[in-house]
Amino acid sequence: MTAALSDSKGAAPEGGRVLRTNPRSTLTRGAGLGLGVIVLWFSVLVLLPLAAVVAVAVNGGWEGFLTTLTNPQTAAAIELTVLTSLAVAVLNVAMGTLIAWVLVRERFRGSRLLEVIIDVPFALPTIVAGLVLLALYGPSSPIGVNVANTRTAVFLAFAFVTLPFVVRSVQPVLEQLDREAEQAAHSLGASAGVTFRRIVLPALIPAIAAGAALSFARGVSEYGSLVLLSGNLALRTEVTSVRMLTYVENGNLAAASVVATVLLFVALVVLVAIDLLQRWLVRRG
Amino acid sequence: MGKAARRLIVVIYLLALVVVPVALVFWNALKDGLGPVIEALTDPVVVHALQLTLIASLVSVVLNAVFGVGVSVLLVRYEFPGKRALNALIDLPLSVSPVVVGLSLVIVYNVRDGWFGAPLASLGIQVLFSLPGIILATTFISMPLVVREVVPVLQEQGTDQEQAARSLGAGGWTTFRRVTLPGIRWGVIYGVVLCFARSIGEFGAVKIVSGNLTGKTQTATLAVEQLYQNFNQAQAFTIAAVLAGAAIIIISVVAALRVRVERRGA
Repeated sequence: MTAALSDSKGAAPEGGRVLRTNPRSTLTRGAGLGLGVIVLWFSVLVLLPLAAVVAVAVNGGWEGFLTTLTNPQTAAAIELTVLTSLAVAVLNVAMGTLIAWVLVRERFRGSRLLEVIIDVPFALPTIVAGLVLLALYGPSSPIGVNVANTRTAVFLAFAFVTLPFVVRSVQPVLEQLDREAEQAAHSLGASAGVTFRRIVLPALIPAIAAGAALSFARGVSEYGSLVLLSGNLALRTEVTSVRMLTYVENGNLAAASVVATVLLFVALVVLVAIDLLQRWLVRRG
Repeated sequence: MGKAARRLIVVIYLLALVVVPVALVFWNALKDGLGPVIEALTDPVVVHALQLTLIASLVSVVLNAVFGVGVSVLLVRYEFPGKRALNALIDLPLSVSPVVVGLSLVIVYNVRDGWFGAPLASLGIQVLFSLPGIILATTFISMPLVVREVVPVLQEQGTDQEQAARSLGAGGWTTFRRVTLPGIRWGVIYGVVLCFARSIGEFGAVKIVSGNLTGKTQTATLAVEQLYQNFNQAQAFTIAAVLAGAAIIIISVVAALRVRVERRGA
């Protein structure tokens, strides 16, 4: 995620006129022009299209929202997506923290290879991810495990694509953690487990939470890896993005926009939460 | 839980989830020898798909590199109202579903009643179901990646050298070109490479925006899907292996470069 920008420090003398030591704007004319161009570009490319989606959704009014969201297939898709993403986020919290710990504190020969492996799900095209999982866990599986077209496949796909998020979120924090507190605890007789639980873990919680939020947001948005793997069976293994695509292919842009707006709202909440968490992290130093 | 147990759990998890499945794709692609592979890669449909993917991704990368460096400099070196909002919004494309991206572009650029689509159509410019639409989709999706890599590097670099250049009389643009840019070049390179990897892998947004017309607007990822669904699994696995191989090579090179750069303290 974008590194947290430290808040500019401004000192104000007590009483009297408050002098702002950080001006509201330090833009030169050239920088101001650049900012204008960039904001324009960003708006046209990203903000306007997304606003158009919300506009189309809102255009249908509350009835539009309710009709779409109470459609049994859509409701089932949203429920499956949200619940599976939550479950995978929980899995990632446990496994992600463990993996980060092993990578940072218990380096061994070949752990550098693990670093590359962890980034593979992030770099791999999602359709290829689906094919990859299908190879081992599908109909032609060499070990006889076939979860294609089941809910397990949805869970598996989410777990694959969200693997890096908690790990990469926790790793830098763990690397920069001051060991003094842990060493003090150790010298006072605390076991490794207690030290971890009461000293290290609390320090990692904002990073873990941010990673979990990203994992959840990614799971909820996932599409490509599920296309071939889950069979997209209505009411059973169909996720929100597949449902949206069906709406689009049938020309029902209004319904697709309703579902999209719900997802955008989720993404926005996640972004705000991460921003707040990062500010808290920066403030704690 | 002992150290060995932790290590074992991590290794097994990663083997089962990532390593073995990915290895299996390469195995499936290569198990009948190189003949089918070459046949798959010289199929005109596949060649066109790969070319289309490459062109669209390269254009996206250039656009996002320029945008990314510009935004990073603004976010790190300047203050302005709305800065925190911009910083948070930049990450938006990463949290948005690719299907939503495709939908948003269809709404705005469709020829019938799109906000931009209708006026553009009267000028003879077609966005959807052709290359510009694909470029828009891949640019949208990979937009934050250069910013994310450059901002930390820029923050760490500090302004000393830039201030020195200014005090010696260099103008803003000269300072940027000869002091700032060389200093952040690794951040830019990493960002560009990640952006490229993300662009060649885009699937959902491109599927909606391109119409998936075989031999015309079908990208490599769309070709994989179509081939697999037409029971042409050998070819599907071959292209999948090519894309997976490209992705793995990219992140391996980036990882290796990162280690070397850190070691040199560059």
